[in-house]
Amino acid sequence: MASKIVTLRVNDREEEFLARPGTTLLGALRDTLGLTAAKRGCAQGACGSCNVLVDGKPVPSCLVPVETVDGAAVATLEGVAPTGDLDEVQAAFLEDFATQCGFCTPGMIMTAEALLAENPDPTRAEVVEAISGNVCRCTGYEPIVNAILDAASRRRSA
Amino acid sequence: MTRLRGRGYAAVNYPTGMNLGGDPSQALIHATTTGTFVVSLSSVDLGQGLKTVVAQCAAETLGLPFTNILVDTADTDTGPHCMGTFASRGTHRVGNAVIMAATEARAIMLDVAAEELEVDAADLETDGTGYIQVRGAEAKRIHITDLALAAHFTHGRTISGRGVFMKEKSEVVPETGEMDPDSCQAHACTVAEVEVDDETGVVEVLRMYSVYEIGRALHPAMATQQVEGGAWMGMSHALFEATEPYYPVRDHGPADFSEYLMPAAGDIPEQVSVLLERPAPTGPYGAKGIGEMTANAPIPAIANAIFDACGVRLDHMPFTPERVLRALDSLRGQDLSAHG
Repeated sequence: MASKIVTLRVNDREEEFLARPGTTLLGALRDTLGLTAAKRGCAQGACGSCNVLVDGKPVPSCLVPVETVDGAAVATLEGVAPTGDLDEVQAAFLEDFATQCGFCTPGMIMTAEALLAENPDPTRAEVVEAISGNVCRCTGYEPIVNAILDAASRRRSA
Repeated sequence: MTRLRGRGYAAVNYPTGMNLGGDPSQALIHATTTGTFVVSLSSVDLGQGLKTVVAQCAAETLGLPFTNILVDTADTDTGPHCMGTFASRGTHRVGNAVIMAATEARAIMLDVAAEELEVDAADLETDGTGYIQVRGAEAKRIHITDLALAAHFTHGRTISGRGVFMKEKSEVVPETGEMDPDSCQAHACTVAEVEVDDETGVVEVLRMYSVYEIGRALHPAMATQQVEGGAWMGMSHALFEATEPYYPVRDHGPADFSEYLMPAAGDIPEQVSVLLERPAPTGPYGAKGIGEMTANAPIPAIANAIFDACGVRLDHMPFTPERVLRALDSLRGQDLSAHG
């Protein structure tokens, strides 16, 4: 199999690069484009640390061969607040103490962004359902669930 | 089928630090030209919040805003020695070392300010917002930014300090067994409420109530986060996590996150946590260490709650549905596995 030229729109910027066969979207983001927010946790789609949005949907980027999403729009944590400010989800995670070691945080935030884009006023159960594929080893989840509900409320009143 | 409710309790005493052959941590602190105080350490913060609490200790001791402190840490090639962040020792050992370093730096800061303001250093105080001022004549004052500039470019001084906290090795008294292995002990208890399904053997933790006596809580929100995150880890050990479920037989060990089960966001109990503050004489501003103890009490509390709910006494973790059902069968005198 030959390498392929892949075009992605990453955080509203056109990117074109050569991808070897078997390159994952996560590998392309981290190693080719230098976007290291998405984390390589389990590399088998079971922990959510690598979640990014592909055409608005949260996906574990470690499972996606990058050539299969040629032409897609990809959103990563780096693009959430490009000016250096925090958006509502990031601010809520910070102020509600929803992070400890921080390894799961980029995946959690992107999963939350996808939820809130689709459902601006989620119930607690809907938040729990949305992050059920994201593993956190530090917080016990409660502060994360609270932060996402808080972010929803901040965004509705913004 | 019945869902049986039970409540259990467990308590823990936990030492801060340990009895090594001498247990030191060191800290250095210096002001930059514009009055940021850099705290140099090699102690690791891996999410427990050490950088935040030692910055608080430095700011409090210097009498300057928290935002004037920059903690530079985790390079063991270049930083002052630290035994490590283990044994729940980080806040206590490193906090004390930082307070000592900041105390020395504060004396120099006031000395330079005395020269700059042409007053006696003993008459100076900090106002907590960044000014050093004459006590009782507050109009005579200088901001730390101007003072740091003056120290560097007018007086040729460094505003700096050295700190070390050293717990000396404690030898055992042979006659009595007496020794002093730690610096203080934190205390806690957890009450767990569970529901046991006597048909499936599934144990659900409904609520956990925790009370922690931790000296002074330097950062109550982060201390609570440690308590509740730790309680989740304890619950996970109690009910889910096992690398070798049939130890010493190593079969059926989980190989990845899809087999190594942990409670996810949908499995968390309601938690109520209370901090009791009884400042410890040896602690930095009275703090004790609580890092590791937070996973301990929930496990026996859950075991006791299972006993309260259905009468089975489990002594092997995790308390899986299989173990609950086998124990229930045994309790009812119908151990089916024995009859093959």
